[in-house]
Amino acid sequence: MPSAPELQSGNSRLSVEPQRGGALMRMRGMLRKEFLQIARDPSSLAIAFVLPTFLLLLFGYGVSLDAKRVPIALVVEQPNADTQSLCGAFEHSQYFAPVYTHSLPEAQRAMLTRRIDAIVHVREDFSERLRGPGQAAIQLIVNGVDANTARILEGYVNGVFSQWLIQQVSRGSSVPKSRVDVEYRVWFNRRLRSRDYLVPGLIAVIMTLIGALLTALVVAREWERGTMEALMVTPVAMREILLGKVLPYFLLGTGGMALSVVMAVWQFDVPLRGSFASLLLGTTLFLLAALGMGLLISTVSRIQFVAAQVAIITTFLPAFILSGFIFDIGSMPRAIRGFTYIIPARYFVSVLHTVFLTGDVWYVLAPNLLALAVMAAFFLGLTRRISRKRLD
Amino acid sequence: MMSTATPLADSRPAAPAEALVLDSVTKRFSAAGREVVALHDVSLQLTPGTITGLIGPDGAGKTTLMRLAAGLLWPDEGTVHVFGLDMRHHGHQVQASLGYMPQRFGLYEDLTVQENLDLYADLQGVPHAARTARYRELMRMTGLAPFTSRLAGRLSGGMKQKLGLACTLVHPPGLLLLDEPTVGVDPVSRRELWQIVDRFVREEGTTVLLSTAYLDEAERCDDLIILYEGRLLGQGKPDVFERPLEGRTFKVRLQREHHNRSLEQKLSTLPEVVDAVIQGDAVRIVLREPSAVEAIHRALDPLGVVDIEAVPPRFEDAFVSMLGTRGRQDADKPDHDNSSETATDGTQPPRSTADVDLRIPTTDDTRPVIEVRDVKRRFGDFYAVKGVTFDVARGEVFGLLGANGAGKTTTFRMLCGLLPASEGRLVVAGIDVRRTAAAARARIGYMSQKFSLYGTLSVAQNLRFFSGAYGLRGRRRAARIRWAMEQFQLTSVANSNSGALPLGYKQRLALACALMHEPEILFLDEPTSGVDPLARREFWHRINALAARGVTVLVTTHFMEEAEYCDRLAIMVEGEILALGTPSQIKERARTAERPEPIMEDAFITLIQSRREQPARSGEAKREA
Repeated sequence: MPSAPELQSGNSRLSVEPQRGGALMRMRGMLRKEFLQIARDPSSLAIAFVLPTFLLLLFGYGVSLDAKRVPIALVVEQPNADTQSLCGAFEHSQYFAPVYTHSLPEAQRAMLTRRIDAIVHVREDFSERLRGPGQAAIQLIVNGVDANTARILEGYVNGVFSQWLIQQVSRGSSVPKSRVDVEYRVWFNRRLRSRDYLVPGLIAVIMTLIGALLTALVVAREWERGTMEALMVTPVAMREILLGKVLPYFLLGTGGMALSVVMAVWQFDVPLRGSFASLLLGTTLFLLAALGMGLLISTVSRIQFVAAQVAIITTFLPAFILSGFIFDIGSMPRAIRGFTYIIPARYFVSVLHTVFLTGDVWYVLAPNLLALAVMAAFFLGLTRRISRKRLD
Repeated sequence: MMSTATPLADSRPAAPAEALVLDSVTKRFSAAGREVVALHDVSLQLTPGTITGLIGPDGAGKTTLMRLAAGLLWPDEGTVHVFGLDMRHHGHQVQASLGYMPQRFGLYEDLTVQENLDLYADLQGVPHAARTARYRELMRMTGLAPFTSRLAGRLSGGMKQKLGLACTLVHPPGLLLLDEPTVGVDPVSRRELWQIVDRFVREEGTTVLLSTAYLDEAERCDDLIILYEGRLLGQGKPDVFERPLEGRTFKVRLQREHHNRSLEQKLSTLPEVVDAVIQGDAVRIVLREPSAVEAIHRALDPLGVVDIEAVPPRFEDAFVSMLGTRGRQDADKPDHDNSSETATDGTQPPRSTADVDLRIPTTDDTRPVIEVRDVKRRFGDFYAVKGVTFDVARGEVFGLLGANGAGKTTTFRMLCGLLPASEGRLVVAGIDVRRTAAAARARIGYMSQKFSLYGTLSVAQNLRFFSGAYGLRGRRRAARIRWAMEQFQLTSVANSNSGALPLGYKQRLALACALMHEPEILFLDEPTSGVDPLARREFWHRINALAARGVTVLVTTHFMEEAEYCDRLAIMVEGEILALGTPSQIKERARTAERPEPIMEDAFITLIQSRREQPARSGEAKREA
């Protein structure tokens, strides 16, 4: 039995009982150290909590992909009761802020100077053709510089027009029923708010920042300050060093996630139609993949500056641009669409959109979750494989 | 050495194995496509329970050897055994009885002293029951007890170094590896570190391998390993290296009115002299053979009363004469060839026996070239420099001596107009730096720490760039570049990338760049840090020659012995000047009955100790509160 520590007075010999602590003690030491560092490092806390708040506020309030109160010109060649009623429909729509111009050339000049984004041209034979056997039509000219907005406008004008037609029929006017065959129904994002779509996707970007960028930075910092070198020459095992990084930043990421969800649901009124469980599962798998990437980056480049650049280029920017968070993957060129399959954020954005806007639709969630699990296993496994307690 | 109660019995193999054995170890690195041999066929072993010093200049392979011993690197050829176990296969097992302090101490700066200790105790598996006693003992030895709740990042360099040591000792290691533990740390802390290490070796039977660039530390070691350019030059007790120099070392003194700097220049030109270096008011020389002292007498007799006193050899003498023969072969060769033709310029170290003026240069202009009055610099609520006052005369070599963080570099940056002073008066070459920094800058040359060169540009491109930056054009520029190439022996490396050059070359190139516009004042910030002793001597020859030509030189250093080369110096501690005067005046303060000939380090320590006993107490208390 090991005896109690002895301290011989006189020659002040120090003795430690031979029973030395094992993996549990080492793990506890690593974790406590990491949490103390997180608590004292303002930049970690900023990335985990201040940055998500800032980004959510920016995207929740500042950035909107909705077309609202778009200035359009109405050119009516032959004003009468029908056209007046149609114009009224545009005026009452929240999407448009119509101005009246007398001629098409005048409207075109307004378009060139970007005072208006679209022209609705009502021809002089509008009423006749409405009641006649022909096609009653209005002409729509859209400024196509911003293709996305143009397409949205096109839809909205169509919507207003068909809505108006339905009204005419229901009021029993002489408009033939057969004219009315347009039926618009918006699924999933019923209110057509881009915020409901952006905020869940943004969470993927925030998780990437915490998981990959922050982790890459803190590990590279240990290399830079020479503390990694000192750690390696202790009995601590490489898996314990890695676990000592994964666990704290996993918790930090979950904290950031919780903050983002709370802000999304209570501050921005984004619906959460799925369950917390599926949200947590998706987050766990994605965070593990992101942490794996972060650790891998810092294992390869041991300088904070380089690690930050690599992390931004390989994780943050793809998560921002190629994940489907803002830009629709379906409308990307084939080659780039193929490229998005290797970006973990793509699957997470899909999971988040489904869980927030639709619900726990497992046949959509399952493939995405599986892809995330494979990526997490790949990145963490690769990191474990190439990390050795050596410098060369 | 090891009693039966040794706590390490469990973690150390039972076999009576040597602590560390390297068997024909070669280690290569590939950097930027080039292969560098960091260690070449090195074989050595450490005797258990001793301190072995690993001595060599930067780039000699000291850190590589340390990392091989710690299992952080694997050898390309040969084997490394610690306690009889091959590090390649049993590294993890061995690391349980290793203590390793890397160059920057391996401390977490955002953790407190206590938290750092706890972490390493956890990692080393020190049982909780044993910790209290162990911590108390370590804190007592390191004097860190009052600071356990202070963040490691807020400690002074010396305290960090002692905390780093304490962390490696939380579990008593069988083999303790210390990689340059004393670099840039003040002499008091250096001395304390040595006391701690000594005690552990005596009381716990620890085997220590300690690398250092300070040659005076070599004499404290039981055994020495000398590395140079990746090769083992020798292993043995310090006196083994010193013995061949018996009877060849002397101190030479001239009459008072003669300048020892000129005497040193004169002596170093004599063929009988291997090494000449200023030491206080005398010049220390190493001769090729004991009998050559007659020749020295003959050469110096015409100069008046000469006092030549035999002194016991030091390790530094041995080191320099050992490397001197090697160094001269490669680096210095062109110097001897060129010197006779190009001696017209003052920067050339006057090696050709020619007329060296031994009188102190006299000038009519007695106004100081640099005036510093009560200058302060504040960063937030921290005063890096707190009220510094000194003057520097024309042609003087003025030194600022102090540990890292003493405020030397901050003072320098203010003098160069790179950093505005918070308070005080700064006049350089008659120009108020606080108002017109740019005007002053045209008349000063500045060589910063780490030689700020463009590593990806060639030597010639660096010279072209810096001469352009100083406004040199056309013929004059071409002439200055030619001058620099010749004077600093850079012609052979003109097209090499400056980043890939040995440190000695980089230092010469940096000095050349600072001199392109022929400044009248030269600021040198830690110019010799990490440079091997030969290159350092060479460098001081150049500085002496510049000063003799009337260039005023301000230099910072943490090498105590370099302070001896200055005409006057200021000792800085924590942003204050503790002493100001000639080297002899400053050393005079440390003279006691039992120490009739104090060296600069003694003086420095005496100054710091008397400061600690005095009002500094209250300052310390305030910072703690």
